[in-house]
Amino acid sequence: MGFLNFIPFLGKGDCEKLERLPSGTFTLDANGAVISSTLPQSFPAARIKEIGRCVLHSLRSARKAQVPLSELHVHYSTLKIIAREMRGGAVVFVMPQTIEESSY
Amino acid sequence: MAGSTKILILDDDEDFLALYQKLLSQHVTTAAAVLTAGTGHRALALLESEQIGVLIVDLNLPKMDGLQVISIVRRKHPQTRLVVLTSLHDEQFRARAYALGVDQYWIKPETDHETGLFLEAMEALMRRDAGIGFRGVQNKSLGDIVQLECLAQSTSILRITHGAAEGRLWLVRGELIDAETQSLTGEAAFQKILSWPEGTFESLPGDETRPRTIFSSIQGLLLNTAQAIDEAVSQAPPQEDGSAATSLPPQGPVLGDLADYPGVECALVLDGETGATRDHWGMQDPRPLSEWMRKTVEEFRALGDTLHAGEMRRILATSNDRKLAISSVGKRDVCVAFQSSHTLETARETLRTILTKWAS
Repeated sequence: MGFLNFIPFLGKGDCEKLERLPSGTFTLDANGAVISSTLPQSFPAARIKEIGRCVLHSLRSARKAQVPLSELHVHYSTLKIIAREMRGGAVVFVMPQTIEESSY
Repeated sequence: MAGSTKILILDDDEDFLALYQKLLSQHVTTAAAVLTAGTGHRALALLESEQIGVLIVDLNLPKMDGLQVISIVRRKHPQTRLVVLTSLHDEQFRARAYALGVDQYWIKPETDHETGLFLEAMEALMRRDAGIGFRGVQNKSLGDIVQLECLAQSTSILRITHGAAEGRLWLVRGELIDAETQSLTGEAAFQKILSWPEGTFESLPGDETRPRTIFSSIQGLLLNTAQAIDEAVSQAPPQEDGSAATSLPPQGPVLGDLADYPGVECALVLDGETGATRDHWGMQDPRPLSEWMRKTVEEFRALGDTLHAGEMRRILATSNDRKLAISSVGKRDVCVAFQSSHTLETARETLRTILTKWAS
């Protein structure tokens, strides 16, 4: 003990605290509850719920606007979210992207 | 010689702070001082009270992580250069940091050579601010920049880009001799380039052999161009809030051009800041779609901020009878609806073409 600490900047473990953007899929029922998920457990449940809430809200308000959607793709610089409507719920795919992949 | 701006290092490792404060103080001579902060909150407080030219930030920090700090600083202090210095070898974090607007991303040096390179890079960053040239030219119009070049009797080529569009202005000893953009040349090209509300420019070495096509004085040309822009704005249809349009594209006539694109059924333009409907084409009542689009864009933008996923580039959606593609041009959000026979990929590409044309 002590030697690694003596080397000041090694092995600080930045990954432990920073949230990585997740890669995986989750499904939501019509009430917004997460039924199944392949997202890593390190990704906070609150974030999954927030993604799900945005997706369901968009799908529902589209239905109210007389443009019922079956699929929704949201592209960020470093993340892609794809949602498919499933009888009031949705299946959501979350995919991190490099800057090159996401360029227009 | 030290300048007036300072360097701020943000890291939760006190030994690291002490070492790099010493190294930067010794080697970056253009910095007035090197300050340190152990938390994001402390760094933000220092940014409010001190003139910080470069903020060096670690990603892994207690309470407020580096990505959060970067997104706040980029919004509140856009002039501050941001440098990530982390031990994290991770492509995703590098991509996210660049997407949030950092200038450089460095892995913490492990050898003297790497440390030397890092210090040189910081010196170069500070010199860029303290030395030749100005930052903050976003407050100057292209007309101002051209006038400055003429007053300085420059012989140069100004290369101006606006979205996907590019234009060039040839100056010889302070006189504008030619302009070119897309298929236009001469005064018409100059007027087109001057109508671009924003963009970037760079000064290239001059070309005195360029044939002269512009013989009017620069003042006369600027006056004519300003009048043409004013007339175009005054002829624009009034907005919902009663105000006149503040920039040229996109306006009614431009939306009307959408009929030229195969498969386009209707379109909607919202103000990106207020969410108010600016224009629509091909729809009887734009309100329901407008309301959905405003809420959806707002919520997914907020989600992107929460996830630190960078800028929201576009939304594509499939409904029973059409495809929707949403993106932004300037400060406006644009939704274009396509026939259902279009694929999302085609819709995306067509929207891209439309926005490029509008931007130019």
